[in-house]
Amino acid sequence: MISMKLLEINNLNKSFDNKQILKDINLNISSGKIIGLLGKNGAGKTTLIKLINDLLTPTSGEILVKGNKIGIESKKIISYLPERTYLNKEMKVSEIIEYFKDFYEDFDDKKAKELLNKLDLNINEHLTKMSKGMQEKVQLVLVMSRKAELYILDEPLGGVDPATRDYILDTILSNFNDNASVIISTHLISDIERILDEVIFIDKGEIVLQSDADKLRNKEKSSIDEIFRRMFKC
Amino acid sequence: MEFTFDNNIPIYIQLLEYMKIYLISGVYKCGEKLPSVREFATIFKVNPNTMQKALAELESMNLIYTERTNGKYVTKDEKIIEKLKDEYAITLAKSYFQGMKKIGLGKADSIKYLEEIDD
Repeated sequence: MISMKLLEINNLNKSFDNKQILKDINLNISSGKIIGLLGKNGAGKTTLIKLINDLLTPTSGEILVKGNKIGIESKKIISYLPERTYLNKEMKVSEIIEYFKDFYEDFDDKKAKELLNKLDLNINEHLTKMSKGMQEKVQLVLVMSRKAELYILDEPLGGVDPATRDYILDTILSNFNDNASVIISTHLISDIERILDEVIFIDKGEIVLQSDADKLRNKEKSSIDEIFRRMFKC
Repeated sequence: MEFTFDNNIPIYIQLLEYMKIYLISGVYKCGEKLPSVREFATIFKVNPNTMQKALAELESMNLIYTERTNGKYVTKDEKIIEKLKDEYAITLAKSYFQGMKKIGLGKADSIKYLEEIDD
């Protein structure tokens, strides 16, 4: 069997109105890893993620998921948590669960209900009645309840309190399996760095570093957060 | 129990320390079956790959071993654990004396302090 890269990005460029947002991105991501996509606001994290999820089209270059171009097949195996919610807030959580079950073959509704229950979230409630933090939890649960091969979480910790952040990290850790990888984009590095295998630093649309997290700590004798701050001091 | 990690030090090295203390203090006894990598990762709230790395290191130190399909076990050799305990105790003692030296106290005085403290 030929081992295939889960995600391969070659010479990817993206421009909007002559403004180059991503410059010559090259990336290889294998299975079974938790990867932090770290960068300041406006570094290009969300643009990169949207390209992988077929929500934007590259200006040039290619993105391959298990050797295939982005499309129906890649969407089947990527579970994506967008930065902003796309859920219909008029719906009840239980209705959204049905919707996901219809939409994704790999969606495990039992697991979703179980996780929501653990978080004390009532599935008979409408999203509009929930706080922003609660809505974010619901969305994360939905995304993590798919048996995907690649989870891409765009700022999953943004609007939630520190206790919930810990819970979210636990949920990510206990629900990802050896065959899957998780890409987490964030600027809240210190909260998350302990669960990362690999880090990717992105700045001004370019990948400036990709490394094993512990190796980098060992080399620089400091935390990923500290290294990041030093590198991108304003 | 909550485990705290210093983000400045590789996580697997800190896991290694926690595990050594578990082995020395007999939380996991000689010959005892260990939780799986995944279970450990959940206990420590760390990435399973990082946990795997720490366990591999323990294995290379002969503190634990893998039975082909059965999982990981603590070594059956009590001498290895005793030796680890000994080394660990020496490290702790050294760091105590070093600290005392910094405030101008010699070995004899340092020992006196030790004897004076209640547990």
